[in-house]
Parts: sequence; structure tokens; C-alpha cells
Amino acid sequence: MTAVPNVADNVTTGLAPASDLVLLSTEDEQALRDSVRALLASRCTPDRVMAIFDGDDSLRQPLWTALAVDLGLAGLLVPEEAGGAGGSARDAAVVLTELGRVVAPVPFLSHSVVAATALLPSGDRELVAELASGAVTVALLTPLTASAGSFSAAVVGEDIGISGRVPVVAGALEAQLLLVPVRVADGVELHAVEADALGVTVAPVVSLDMTRQVADVALTGVASRVVVGADAGDSAVRRALLVGAALLASEQVGVAERCLEDTVAYLKQRRQFGRVLAGYQALKHRLADLYIEVESARAAAQYAAAAAATDDPDLPVAVEVAQAYCSAVAVHAAEECVQLHGGLGMTWEHPAHLYLKRAKADQLAFGSSGEHLARLAELVGLPPA
Amino acid sequence: MSDETQHRRDLERRVSVLLADHPPGSTDRLDFLRAQFDAGLAWVHFPQGLGGLGLAREHQAYVDALLQAAGAPDNDPWRIGIGLGMAAPTILAFGTEEQHQRFLRPLWTGEEVWCQLFSEPGAGSDLAALATRAFPDGDEWVVTGQKVWTSSAHLARFAILVARTDPTVPKHAGLTYFVCDMSDPGVEVRPLRQITGEAEFNEVFLSDVRIPDSYRIGAVGQGWKVANATLNNERVAIGGGAPREGGMIGVVADAWRNHPERRTPELHARLMSLWVEAEVARMTGQRLRQKLAVGAPGPEGAAMKVTFARIAQELSGLELELLGEDGLRFQDWTMTRPERVQFTGRDAGYRYLRAKGNSIEGGTSEILRNIVAERVLGLPAEARTDKDVPWKDLER
Repeated sequence: MTAVPNVADNVTTGLAPASDLVLLSTEDEQALRDSVRALLASRCTPDRVMAIFDGDDSLRQPLWTALAVDLGLAGLLVPEEAGGAGGSARDAAVVLTELGRVVAPVPFLSHSVVAATALLPSGDRELVAELASGAVTVALLTPLTASAGSFSAAVVGEDIGISGRVPVVAGALEAQLLLVPVRVADGVELHAVEADALGVTVAPVVSLDMTRQVADVALTGVASRVVVGADAGDSAVRRALLVGAALLASEQVGVAERCLEDTVAYLKQRRQFGRVLAGYQALKHRLADLYIEVESARAAAQYAAAAAATDDPDLPVAVEVAQAYCSAVAVHAAEECVQLHGGLGMTWEHPAHLYLKRAKADQLAFGSSGEHLARLAELVGLPPA
Repeated sequence: MSDETQHRRDLERRVSVLLADHPPGSTDRLDFLRAQFDAGLAWVHFPQGLGGLGLAREHQAYVDALLQAAGAPDNDPWRIGIGLGMAAPTILAFGTEEQHQRFLRPLWTGEEVWCQLFSEPGAGSDLAALATRAFPDGDEWVVTGQKVWTSSAHLARFAILVARTDPTVPKHAGLTYFVCDMSDPGVEVRPLRQITGEAEFNEVFLSDVRIPDSYRIGAVGQGWKVANATLNNERVAIGGGAPREGGMIGVVADAWRNHPERRTPELHARLMSLWVEAEVARMTGQRLRQKLAVGAPGPEGAAMKVTFARIAQELSGLELELLGEDGLRFQDWTMTRPERVQFTGRDAGYRYLRAKGNSIEGGTSEILRNIVAERVLGLPAEARTDKDVPWKDLER
């Protein structure tokens, strides 16, 4: 009683083929995962993370120093000869999955992934080395919602300095240095600005996700120096946003897999009507469906990370697929986590809300689902009506 | 030189020798396939002497590519999928040396087609409740019962069969796994017509079919364990690999590309969501196959199959809507008995109807969700009132 798909029936198209990428973790990647997980287990506990929503910020700085400096993750994506760890996007994906699992309030994505990628074409070796060592925390001045496709520089150069407003920037509150895309006559330049320089306002936003708190940044006639010229600035920013989107998917997998694990564990011990909830078939099937989604998201995220690591020609498609899929899975997993924890999931004391807030904020990051699907439609030749 | 390169060099050499000794252009198809089997290039992950070289499964793709490039014939794998995907790995794992020698070579070359006699009218999802009885008679077994949903039964020389050899013990414990010779006079095959109008499957009636004990696979009473190995392989076979836009998504995407006049925003939104889901399913299958290359199939294949079925059903439904007026036309309701299953063949109406079977055949999606929940997530098993009761005392 079976049937198999007949590949001979496949219709061939002019579509670019997928690449054959390794979607399983290597031993080195597993070792990295273990060391990050061990550090987070002792340093980044749910009670400390939840305290951030009550204004207790004492976890942030020491945790970031431990990750960025002690584990050397600040410069994970920076080549060794430039002072970094010489890791790949696959390694960064491993780290992000772990950070997602505990909703860690650290600027790894904004600093080590986005800012580091944007700064790589720079000839300012000293600045790259400072970023890589973790001595200076850097943020690229783009809205968290900006995607590689939608980005346009909001800051302009004037005689008195650079000026403009950039809303909802992630990592700006933690940064000592802002990397500003500046619109000039012949393209986009990247300028470096001290976060406490005259004319810079970094206004904290009461954020949906306080563990990745965003800030509205205003620059008024700020003195700056060019670190990436107009010939390379635009592509550097777009590349950074593309890689950011590719790797955000791995954070979303971390959020989703942890929500699934915690929900499974809870339903195995929670008893109502004289039996554990995990024995009810209606709930078993929901969890099975969620498992299927999480494993699918894992494959999509790993494909995107592997494509980013080798700069594979399929990267643009991989990113749109991963974002369109993984964003929704993380949100679904967090929503199921709240629902299946019942009243407990609705309380301020239970960490489920951390995951829900992170998942929903992540869904808006690096472009909306509609933007991803529209871009994908272009890439694969399926034009809209 | 890396292991990988060394394997490839060695395989290239073996393929060259095969091609030199049996030039595809001037060699009879079956002679070539037999020679390929004897050269260990049939399924390289099988042991030496049984069509393989004891290598990792993934090397076969390289061999197939080399042979295809040289114009060599293939064994028409989609015609003999049950033999290749289910019977062969089970016989290899649980069969005797004599059984390996007797069955595997003509199975692989396609000289002997195989089918599967598992499901019964009264035992679908609850396969272990099956009622087909096998009675010992000297060094033979005498088998009587009714099987259903058997594809290729009318073409098959052999079947893998699960029958009840002991009704006095609980249902899982009283089963035994056999090879059944379909040319036995006690075997009657009747086509089973399905909602597409064709009869891809059969009902098989077994009346005092005689099976030599030498055709038993595994121990008496071990049939459930052996059958599970077959079923795990089945799920892997069904969730098999395809290129980007392979399968149903490719058909629907092309319908979109070829009919600009039928495009609407709502259809586009659904198409793009399904394109993403199909592509993610492809990546998930790819990841599963990378895992399989280093291990045996586990319950994860069940998850893959649930996804595959759901996407195929949604896509084939979307395609009919995308076709507008033409969606009302159906190619042909004439009863036929196809040799191959064509999920993506024929017309859109056929595809829509045939896809309904995807979430039923090879384990319903409901049962597969139980498998994922229980064997992957470790959730409590469904309450079983029949587990410790002798089969003969169960309500039927």
C-alpha cells in the first residue's frame, strides 16, 4: 500500500537550482553550542531576564562582556588577520540559536553580525579590531525593520555635519559607536560617530521586546568620519541586512525549539481530570504539528546560514524562504507555549511571555512577511497579479 | 587524498570496467543490470556479493550519475519501488543468506516485481490486528485471508506478507513475516477502483496459499518487529528527494507562469506561501537524508510525510482554482490499471483527487502524528485496551 512521487513527471523550469549544502552541525559547531549553552545556563536565568521588564538592567553588561570578550564572540565573523575569531555564518547561527533559547538580552546580532558585516569592507583596521575584541560595541544605524531590499539611508551630510532621524534601532543603547549610513551624491557612505558625541540623541523606546530594546536615534549636525566610502557603502549595508536576516532565522529556531521543549515538559507533568495533559490526543497532535514546524524551520535556517557562510549564489532565495517561514514558526511556537500553559502562561512570573515578545518582535525585524514573499516572488519568477 | 576522493576514484574505476565489459549500446538491458548488480554498483550500501560494496548510501547517487551519463539503462525504479524501498531492506536485515541470494538480484533488476500484503479490510491503521491466518503444515505454511490496498499485485511475482501464526497471544506477538509467491493458485488479485476512476491498487484474496518455511523472514512471532522495519523504510521512500520546484509545486508554479490572465492577488498569496512551504519541506527532506546517510531511518520520517501530504493536497487544490474554466474538465474516468503511480501526472483534476490518498497511504497523518508525539516527543501513548488481551478474544 504505497506510492512514490514520479520524478519523471517533474516540469523543468528556468529556475535557479537549490544548492547542495550541509544541513547538519559539525563537531566544532556542536562544541561551540555546548560552551555558549553552558555559559548562558549559569548566567542568563529566566528570573534575571524577566527583571529587565521591571527596569532591572543589571544582567545586560556583564553577560555581554562574558560572551563578547571572554568567549570572544564579539569578533566571531571578523577574520583572524583583522583581529577576529575567523568564524563563519554557520558559527554565528549556532550562537544565535542558543541566545534565542534563553531570550538573551545581548547585542550579538546587532554588533557581531550586522555591524561586523557592514564594517568588513572598511579600511579602518583599528576600528575593525576594536569591534572584534569587544572593546567597543557598535551598532549599524538602521531601523530593526529594515531589509536589504527596502533599505534607504535616512541620514544626510551637511556642511555642519550629518543629520537625520532613524527610528527603532536595535543595539544602539548598548553601543559606544554608531555606524551611520549617510546618503551622499554618489551613493551611501558609512560614517562612524561616537554614541555620546555632541548632537547625538539615543532615546530609549519602551519596547515590545525589552530584551532587545530599540531606540529612536536623532543626529543633528554631528561631526563624523567616513569608514566605508560611497563606492561600497550601499552594498555593505545591504549585505549586512541580508546576513542579519539569514541568521535571525537561527535565533527564531532557538526561540521556537525552547517553547516546544518547555511546553512538552509542562504538559507531561500538569494533571487535570486525573491524568496528565500530555496524554490527550488533541494536545499530542498540536505538539506533533509544532515539532514538524520546528524541524522544518531548523532546515530552512541551516540552509540560510550555510548559504551565508559560503556566499552561495542561492543566498537571496535562502534568506527570503528562511524569514518567511521561521518568523511565523517562532511566533506560533510562542503562542502555543502561552496557550498550552493555560493561566500560568498568562502570568508576569512565568517566562513564556519573554518568548512571545521576542518572537513577535523578531517577526517584524529585517522586513515583514509580505516583503519577504514579494521579494521571493521576484527572485523565482512568480510575478504578482 | 581524502576518503571521499578515494571512494569516488574507486567507483569511477568500477563503473569504467562495467561499461567496458558491457557497452550499454550493444548489451541487452537485463544483462547489463545483472552485471551492474554483480559489480556491486546496484546499491553500494548493500554488502559485497549482494549488489553493493558496503559503502555509505550517499555514494549511489554518484554511481547513478556516471552510468546515466554513459547512456546505461536503469532498473525503472518507480515501477519496482516497493521491492527496492521496502522488501529489499527488510530481507537484507532479517533474511537468511539463502534468502539474500534467492531474492535480491532479480528484485533489483526488476525481473521479479514485489508487492506488499499488509493492510486488511479490518486492519488499516491498527495493522497489528490483522486476521490473515497462517497454519503450519509440515515444512510449509498454509495461509488464508484477505489483503487490500496492494499496488502492483497484478504484476508482482512475490509479496512481503504479514500473517497471524498464533491467535492465543496478544496481537503484536502472534505475527510472522513471509515472502509469498504470487503465482500460487490460491492467490486471487482483483482491482480496487478508487476515486480517480482508475485501479492503482488491488484486493488480494488468499485461499490455502502454501508458503515454504524457507520463505519465512525472521522468527515465528517476530513479524511485528520485521514489519516495522519495512514501514519505517516506506515513510522514507515516500518523503523522498526532489529538486527545487520538483513535484506538485513545479506543476502549479508553471500554471501560474503560463496563465497571466488567471492571476489574482489572493491566489498569488497562497501560491507564495505554498512555494515557501514546499521549498522548506525540500530542505527538511534533504536534511533528513543527510542524517540517514549516517544512520538508520527513525520516526522522523513520519513528520516528513505529514508535511508532504498536506502540501500536495493544498497545492493540487490551488491548481484547480488557478485553472478557472479548465478546472472543470476531467481527462478520463475510464477504469485503467496503471503500472506506475503518478502523483504529478495526468491532469489537475486527477492530481487533486489522487493527493487525497497521500494522507492515508503509508500511515494516516493522524497515526503519524501519534508516532511523532509518542516516539519523538515522548508523550504518553494512547490508552490501549487490546494490548494484553489474546488476539482471539478481541472484539471485532
